[in-house]
Amino acid sequence: MRGRGLGDRLLHVYTWLIIVWLSSPIAVMILFGFNDKKSKSNTTWQGFTLKWYGQLFDISDLTVALRNSLVIALVSTLITVVIGTMLGLAIGRYRFRGQGVTNFLVFAAISTPELVMGASLLSLFVSGNVPRDANTIIVSHVLFSLSFVVVTVRARVIVLDPALEEAAKDLGATSWGTFRQVTLPSILPGVLAGAMLSFALSIDDYVVTSFVNGSTVTFPLWIVGSVKTGIPPQVNVMGTLIFGIGVLIAIATSVTARRRA
Amino acid sequence: MAELNAIELDDVVKEYLSHGEVVQAVKGITLGIAEGEFFSLLGPSGCGKTTTMRMVAGFEDPSRGVVRLHGKDVTDVPPNKRDVNMVFQSYALFPHMSVWDNVAFGLKQRKVPQQEIRQRVGEILEIVDLTGREKRRPREMSGGQQQRVALARALVNKPRALLLDEPLGALDLKLRQAMQIELKRIQREVGITFVYVTHDQGEALTMSDRIAVMNDGLVEQLAGPREIYERPATAFVAGFIGTSNLLAGTAAGGVLTVGGGRVLVPEQNGQVTVTVRPEKITISTEQPDGDVSAVPGTVAEVVYLGTYNSYAVSLADGAEITVFQQNALDSTTTAERGDSVWLSWRAQHSYAIGS
Repeated sequence: MRGRGLGDRLLHVYTWLIIVWLSSPIAVMILFGFNDKKSKSNTTWQGFTLKWYGQLFDISDLTVALRNSLVIALVSTLITVVIGTMLGLAIGRYRFRGQGVTNFLVFAAISTPELVMGASLLSLFVSGNVPRDANTIIVSHVLFSLSFVVVTVRARVIVLDPALEEAAKDLGATSWGTFRQVTLPSILPGVLAGAMLSFALSIDDYVVTSFVNGSTVTFPLWIVGSVKTGIPPQVNVMGTLIFGIGVLIAIATSVTARRRA
Repeated sequence: MAELNAIELDDVVKEYLSHGEVVQAVKGITLGIAEGEFFSLLGPSGCGKTTTMRMVAGFEDPSRGVVRLHGKDVTDVPPNKRDVNMVFQSYALFPHMSVWDNVAFGLKQRKVPQQEIRQRVGEILEIVDLTGREKRRPREMSGGQQQRVALARALVNKPRALLLDEPLGALDLKLRQAMQIELKRIQREVGITFVYVTHDQGEALTMSDRIAVMNDGLVEQLAGPREIYERPATAFVAGFIGTSNLLAGTAAGGVLTVGGGRVLVPEQNGQVTVTVRPEKITISTEQPDGDVSAVPGTVAEVVYLGTYNSYAVSLADGAEITVFQQNALDSTTTAERGDSVWLSWRAQHSYAIGS
């Protein structure tokens, strides 16, 4: 048997350290969802319990906030995916007047600090006399996640053989038929990746949302508001469940990707 | 009454705007392709052959001129409404669909009943010898198989004409030769008009009923393979198809004097350019008798090429003439480098060409 060199072993240790470092916050979150805490704060381990799972929806404000966040994330993701896919297709496929500006704006939106974006959105809504509520939150979330969908879709469009769409048309497909049967399936991985990013960005956004929420409370806003009084373990449980669903989606995606490849 | 042509191009022009300048990719092409014909558009890259085909398919709009399919003006008809199908250079098979779904795609678009789709897809897969591979994905197949899927996907729609854009370009030599014969067989079997775009003269000569040799946006010659090879109409065609020797000068009394020899030419007098194919020329050590073209020269190079030898012979005026001589068993003249020889050929093998 050949012994491994010191470098190899160090790399091994280093890799595991990174994995532990990346996953420790998640582990703590999951763990304290099972903490049988007696005091107000949920920061010291006091024994195992499942009761927070049973009392998950006992804090009605928190439940409303979670529901708001889920609805906002779903709706804004849907809008973002539709607009972003069209934009990604346009930028990736065609040469048009204003293309450079569009490209620049897409990247500008990614690199703009959230504070700047939130503050300017607020002044826009105020000066336009737009009442702040769930709708303004959705508009804002579409705005900052749009670029991510554009970028992931565009990456797929660029490597798409234009002859595929010509072949579909040549075989009698209409423009819509070509998009539905050939273009969309080919760029679907990019669309899905963009959708997941967009959902993830929306559901945990605090900064921008805190400017444009009016009186609507979302999950992250509620948590930040409860920091002073102590974050209840239900938050950990909800976080665990959201994380779990995310992991399931990630596994499903990689399995289907492997099957397609 | 003449039968309607499958495809007709009437003075078709395609112009592009490139960096503010108008560039003509196709400079006015008029031709008719007959029903059931195997027709090739042959030329070097950039000659406009692919653009011409894409105008027939409907992917490019002509700047001027008319495209007709079976006498019907289709110049403004979109590709999905034209009764022609195309085999793309990259095959353009749909990667997320099985072979069966790829082939059935066109029939599904036209809402052909399920029962008929099953029957027709099955039949065409049998013709292209892919029965049993219906469930495969395109990427699980070899280049030659993908090629046949692309062919089946187009042919299953029974188009009035099949357009093939350099379809064998991605295959290796052996497979390409096998597919040439295969394509010709399939064309005979289905009886559909084939329009074949290629830069490979061998391919065009092997398969075509007629060939349009294109150069710089124009058709230089339109004729059958033999005619194109034996009687090239222009210097370009003579040079592009096979090897040929060009001899130019001023003729007097039907004779052109070249490097101390006499070449019999069709024109009696005046400036003339003739072409002679290398395999028509005989090498001998003695000056030949009779009414033939005969030119003396020195062997500059001999290249052994298996079935034949290729000689480069320098004439007294510095011109070089290529000669092919078959490696027959009783090969009488095996000239060596530096030998003084006579080249001779019959009068009918000198063809006058336009410049």
